[in-house]
Formats: sequence, structure tokens, C-alpha cells
Amino acid sequence: MMNMLVQPSILNNQLGLGSGDPILTIISLLSYLFIFVFIFYGQRIQMYVMIREVESSLFKLKLLKEEGRKTAIETINEIGKPTADPSSKVDRYLEYFTIAPQNMDPSGIVHKLDHILDVRDERLKEEVKLMAPASDEVQVYNLENTLEAAMALNFIYKVVRHYYLQGKKTLSLYTIMQLQMILPLVMKEAEAYSSALKAFAYGQPIGDGVGPLIAARLMHGHEVRKVPKDCVVATVPFENRTALVTKAEGPGGNVGKPGDAVKALIEENRGKISAVIMIDAGLKLEGEALGEIAEGIGAAIGGPGVDQYKIEEAIMEDKIPLYAVIVKEDIGDAVSMMRKEISNAAEKAIERVKDVVKERTKEGDQIIIVGVGNTIGVGQ
Amino acid sequence: MTNKAASSGSSNKISTFVLAVTYITLILSIIAIVAGVTAFYEGFIEVTAYLLAIGFIALALSGYYVFQSRKHVATLKIETPKILTTIECIKCGIKSTREFQRGDYVYKELDKCSKCEDTQVITAIYREPTLKEKEKNPTA
Repeated sequence: MMNMLVQPSILNNQLGLGSGDPILTIISLLSYLFIFVFIFYGQRIQMYVMIREVESSLFKLKLLKEEGRKTAIETINEIGKPTADPSSKVDRYLEYFTIAPQNMDPSGIVHKLDHILDVRDERLKEEVKLMAPASDEVQVYNLENTLEAAMALNFIYKVVRHYYLQGKKTLSLYTIMQLQMILPLVMKEAEAYSSALKAFAYGQPIGDGVGPLIAARLMHGHEVRKVPKDCVVATVPFENRTALVTKAEGPGGNVGKPGDAVKALIEENRGKISAVIMIDAGLKLEGEALGEIAEGIGAAIGGPGVDQYKIEEAIMEDKIPLYAVIVKEDIGDAVSMMRKEISNAAEKAIERVKDVVKERTKEGDQIIIVGVGNTIGVGQ
Repeated sequence: MTNKAASSGSSNKISTFVLAVTYITLILSIIAIVAGVTAFYEGFIEVTAYLLAIGFIALALSGYYVFQSRKHVATLKIETPKILTTIECIKCGIKSTREFQRGDYVYKELDKCSKCEDTQVITAIYREPTLKEKEKNPTA
């Protein structure tokens, strides 16, 4: 009997409710409430915190997207002198999409993709010309790049908004969590595109232009001729060899088609080319220094892969060795205005190219040097 | 351009009421911690434990919110970098730097050099590292 009376008071004491002080009892009950709330609703609370973080990034993405659209319209009005308001045409342009060829039967897909990209490029250029009738060829290229950066910002915003709304609608922690986890990288890319907008609108060189910048340094002062497609080439004496230096035709925002250019140069000089050296901006890993130079083998070229394929095909017939020199930078630096460290790295890269040429070819040989990248703000 | 829009937008986004509640909670949490320490010296161990627990939980929650709001405002401010153009006379090697002007591009020919009458060219266009980048990499 005694035991039965004592037990509830022990339990009360153990639960912190038996002190007799009402404040302490309330505090104890609140503590238990907190524990149960966190046990049952902890995940939901965590999700709301994540949703808030995503919301804040989405808000910033919206600002960047609107800023992109505004910059594009302002630049078109300033340069192109359109007769009507270009806003509706810009909005239509921002929603433009490209459908990749069917890959169930991959045979011949490269040529199909090449054709689709050509059609897209021409279509977009025509749109730009219609929007900005007073612009010259260089300005058309720059405007096209500006609109493409605005298009990228619009796309990023819409994709992030889609997953945010879907996660919120379904209250799926995992959708929101995945989105929240990749957001820092997405934001970095969006910020880079945002700063690229201004670079494209003003025709300033971007980090990706380091390849054409190096090629321009090598070919400056020598006679330049055009090669297909949208590329230029100069024959330059280089370390007692003859270098055919090629890059996209600048200073408009243009990447050209280095695949076609290399193919044309190899065909023009069938059997005489002893090496192809490609110079490009390469993605650096965290911890690596910006503007660091690295050397390797293979076709240093990004994009959808069409040009890489063409270059690899072109060198196969004569089994020409293919060397690559890259200037390391991250995605943010590649699409935004060229940083001083990257501009300074051009000289170091030229020295590395000289080393490659001296080590891998003989005096009197003929070589091809390709500066790969967007040549905006870099002439020749 | 982005800066102005972003900063004005950010001030609208963070609610003043929520911010005021957060700051009040922050102050109350500090008071709870101080009261907890006082209770400890007065021998009320149990009260001390509760007050400190409440104080630290409230401090953590309000501190987190304040930190998040500050981060939110900070990330919306995008620095506008300074773009510089380097002009060089290839013949006599004289270099000068000025701010970028629309129409500048690398290897654009400019006026004649004042010293040797040879044509000057633009040899580089680059952006100066922003304050954030300089803090990250002091050698930049």
C-alpha cells in the first residue's frame, strides 16, 4: 500500500513535475512539449528552414533574370535603334529552345546535331538583326551573346522555381533538400551569367576568351585570312617552325567552328602538319590557383562535342599528335569579365606552348595552334 | 544597375515586424542567461538549469535568424568590378592604363604614340579583383 502511494511522487520527481513550484512545472511541461514537437515535426521544421533558404535564392534569381531582360532590352534600344519596342521579341527570344537529335540510333548523330546548331545559330542571328536593325556584324554577335546570357538566367530561374514549387506543393523534404544542396553552385553560375551580361553588352573579353587572346598575341602583326567557319588564320614563324595560328574571328562574341577550321587547314597542308596544339580555358578544381597552366593530350574544347569530334576525325588520317594547354579558371570566371590573373596567364601559356613545340616537333615543321573560346572583345 | 535593384528589393523582403520580434527574443534570451547565472549563485540549481536552457535555445534560434537575414542582404549586393584597358606602343613599349570605354577591344588600333609617332594598340582588357576576391586571394 505504501509503495503504491510513493510511486507516483517518484515518477513526478523524475519527470521534473514534483517540485511544487508552478513555474518549474510549466517549464518542465514546455520542455516535454519541445521534445515531442521536435520528434514529430522536426523534419517539417527543417524543411521550412530549407524552403526559406530556397525562397531567398529564388528571389535573387528573379532579380538577376529581370536585370538580364532589362539589360538586353536597353542594349538593343541603344545599339540597334529599333523602330518598335523590342520587349515582346526579347520575351519570345528568352523562351527559345533547341531539341537535340534522337539518339536511339547514334550513328550520324554528330552531323545532325551540327546541322541543328547551325540552324539555331542562324535563326537567332536573324532574330537579333530584326530586333536591332542598325547594328553591325560585331554588334549582332555581341547582342546575340547578351540575349543568350539573359536566356540562361531565365532558364535557371524557371527550373529552380519549378522544383521549389513542386517541393512546396508535395511537401517533399527530399525535393527541397536536393534543391537546397545544389543552390550554392546554381547561384554561382547565375551570378556569373549576370556579370557576363554586361561584358557581352559592352563587348568586353570574358574568361573563356583566354584561348583566342593567346592566339591573337601570336598572330598580331601577321597577315590574317578567313577560314571556315567564322575563324581566322595567320601563318606565323614560331620557334623556327611555321605555325598556323587560328581562332574565332573577333572582336564580336563568337566561338567560331574550330573543328571546321582545323579540318580545312589539315586538308590544305595534307601530310605536312606535325602537331596540333589547342589552347583553351579549363575548369579548375577548388584549391587550384586561378590562371594556372596545365598541359595534356587531346582536344581541349568544350561545347556540345561537335567540334571535338571533327578535330579528332581530322587528325586521324595522318595520325597527327594532338596536344592541349589549358588556363585554369572556374565556371564563374569563364563566363564573366576577364580577370587580371587570366589576362596575365596568357604570357605563361605562350611560354608553355613554346616548350611543347620545342620538345615535340623538329625545326622547320609545320604546326597548327588553335585558340579555343569566345573571342568577344579580342581582335586579331 | 543590379546593386540598386537588389538592395532596394532586399529591404522590402525582410519583414520589420519579424526582425523586431527576433531582436526582442535575442534580448530576452540574454536576460534569461544572466538570470540563470544569478540563480546559480543564489543556490537555485534547478531554476538555473531551466533558465540557461531556455536562454541558450532562444539565443540560438534568434541568432540563427539574424545571421540568415544579414547573409541574405549581403549576398544580394553584387560588387561592380572596375574594367581597365591597357594601351601599349609596340615600338617604344610605353604602357598606359585607363578605364574601359565602349568599343574597346584587344588589338584595336588607337591614336599615334606621343613619343615615337607609331600607332598604339590595346593589349589587354581585364577586371580588377573585387574586395571579396582580394580578401580570398591577397596576391590577386
